[in-house]
Amino acid sequence: MTGPTQGREPAGMGPFDVPAGPPVPDAEPARRNGHRPASRLAPAGTPGDEVDTATDDPATPSDNPAGDEVDTATDEPASGGVAPTGGGAGDTGPTVPDRPGDQWDRRVANGLAFLRRRLAGDYEVDEFGFDPELTDAVFHPLLRLLYRDWFRTEVSGVEHVPVDGPALVVGNHSGTVALDALILSAALHDKHPAHRYLRLLGADLVFRMPVVSEIARKTGGTVACNPDAERLLGGGDLVGVFPEGFKGIGKLYADRYKLQRFGRGGFVSAALRTGTPIVPVAIVGGEEIYPMLADIKPLARLLKLPYFPVTPTFPWLGPLGMVPLPSKWLIQFCPPIPTAHLTDSADDPLVVFNLADQVRETIQQTLHSLLERRPDPFGP
Amino acid sequence: MTPGSTSGAPGVVVVTGVGRYLGAHVAARLAADPRIERVIGVDAPEPGAEFTDLLDRVERIRVDPGSLGGLLADLDVDAVVHLALVSAPDQQHGGRSAMKDQNVIGTMQLLAACQRAPRLRKLVVRSSTAAYGVSFRDPAVFTEETEPREVPRGGFGRDILDVEGYVRGFRRRRADVTATVLRFAPFIGSTADTTLTRYFAQPFVPTVFGRDPRLQFLHFDDALEVLHRSIVEDHPGTYNVAGPGVLSLSQAIRRAGRVAVPVLEPGLSGAAALARTMGFGRYGLDQVDLFVHGRVVDTTRLEQEYGFTPRSTAAAFDDFIRAHHGGAVLSRGQLAAAEQLVLDGIRQVRAAVRERS
Repeated sequence: MTGPTQGREPAGMGPFDVPAGPPVPDAEPARRNGHRPASRLAPAGTPGDEVDTATDDPATPSDNPAGDEVDTATDEPASGGVAPTGGGAGDTGPTVPDRPGDQWDRRVANGLAFLRRRLAGDYEVDEFGFDPELTDAVFHPLLRLLYRDWFRTEVSGVEHVPVDGPALVVGNHSGTVALDALILSAALHDKHPAHRYLRLLGADLVFRMPVVSEIARKTGGTVACNPDAERLLGGGDLVGVFPEGFKGIGKLYADRYKLQRFGRGGFVSAALRTGTPIVPVAIVGGEEIYPMLADIKPLARLLKLPYFPVTPTFPWLGPLGMVPLPSKWLIQFCPPIPTAHLTDSADDPLVVFNLADQVRETIQQTLHSLLERRPDPFGP
Repeated sequence: MTPGSTSGAPGVVVVTGVGRYLGAHVAARLAADPRIERVIGVDAPEPGAEFTDLLDRVERIRVDPGSLGGLLADLDVDAVVHLALVSAPDQQHGGRSAMKDQNVIGTMQLLAACQRAPRLRKLVVRSSTAAYGVSFRDPAVFTEETEPREVPRGGFGRDILDVEGYVRGFRRRRADVTATVLRFAPFIGSTADTTLTRYFAQPFVPTVFGRDPRLQFLHFDDALEVLHRSIVEDHPGTYNVAGPGVLSLSQAIRRAGRVAVPVLEPGLSGAAALARTMGFGRYGLDQVDLFVHGRVVDTTRLEQEYGFTPRSTAAAFDDFIRAHHGGAVLSRGQLAAAEQLVLDGIRQVRAAVRERS
């Protein structure tokens, strides 16, 4: 709304608004390396903590008279003069005291502890194979780089996703590779006040492929079938589905942002049976990451894939063609559609189809409005 | 009936498969129960003297399954526990065809005999979670109602489907008999000796590349407890019996301090077949399928009906590790020591660098 006048002036060319200043309070996180400033501020009381982070322990002032530059070499147990510092920190095991102010030391220690826990098998996996520790430590940081720095994703309407209890998040699928699902789950986890995990439901093809299937399970995914969906929803989880399936991600670039058929509406009956609210979500940006110009059907049949994409880069540049184009992403969650009053009609096909249509229409309209906010797919 | 009811304790119990580990322990446990008058162990004709000390209070009868019919009627048997199932072909004892004979034909003949036993009130059949088959479209967690989507490739899985089919037929014909089918997860524990425990006891453990199946185990003692309760109480129906919780295969291998050796799936099937024909190793397609797909079952029905929760999969596996920790390649202590060593090393290097600058 505010865009057309504001946006045209700086850009000077677009008929629509160039979202130079997004209305969402998301402008800041685009580049937030967070750790440095915070860590500097924490032990601010001590002088000269930028360089020698080892000496800045405010808790043990007894070090300071004895130690200046030399004190940093406390780790040599042979140097007897420094022995009291080791004892003063109260650490029994290591030869070097743990200094609470030493960020890097703590980070290294945490990393090693993580590695040890992983190698010893000291972690929990739920019955679907979801491994929250691995997801937090490995997969989400990678996806964060992708959605924040590469795709400049703006998320709005997170308040429509409940803070606790189950909800079914239904989105539009796009982009040749189902990257949008991963981006959605990582972005939702980061932006949501309760940092909820989105449990994605994937096609069985995902679970046929080695490696991919295990990544899917470890990040919280499972096979898209009603027993699993209902089990997750019954357990109060946030479940993400893309009812278009391969029809959505495998459509040509010319058909971008045109929602495909919503299957048989299985997701609606799962929501109805558990009385779970449905939260439609529109994702803009996924269509441009691998614009599919053609589909080589015989090759797809040969490889037993649902489609074989040809993009401006893909088969031509080899592995380089797998790099997604840096489109601008907008994700908007829509107000939830309650279903608790319809629990009895879970098997009524008319109710199911109508509800599926309502969800589909909501997503399609939100897509259009988001597209108007983003005239240039590769804009800032 | 109600959970924990003991009114149904039978007088004469026949246990099949007492020549094997599970059967021998169940028979011994039932014989120690004062509510049960007589425990008769039935076994195949060839002698196996392994468990004789366990079975001193059990009457043992060696018959081939075909002549069970008259026996069950003559002995006025109240309850039959059918445990004589073979989970993997044994080359020394006839291989797969003997296994199928015992599992399928043996069950068929036993159930035919049971059908004609007038006093029979209770039938307990050992089954397996392999009854759910394997498919990539399977739900993550099987409840008792889940139908198998594909017939399993492995022999044991097929046998189990056949066995359960026969029990369904038996239930139809003898509705007066309380039939309990227990679908057990793989057994594990400090004493159990199964294909899986031997697998985890190796220092280097082959796995399927790119697959990390979710596994569940059942502690052997809990299996005994559930079988015991099935005999002395009335629990008609089919139940999943497994330790709650899940371990992924990689996690289990790491907890046991073993080293996983990923093998490409076609290679593993071939290697398993080769090992089988050469007479060592009893891994079959059953195991390969389990290690590709994993298997997790829902045990809510068992917990509600029996009022008993088996110890968790992780706890059961810990018990196994404690008994077998000798073969560990990477122990927890070593890992912790290595962690400390690296940490100290890094600290020293950093301190040295800082000192120089």
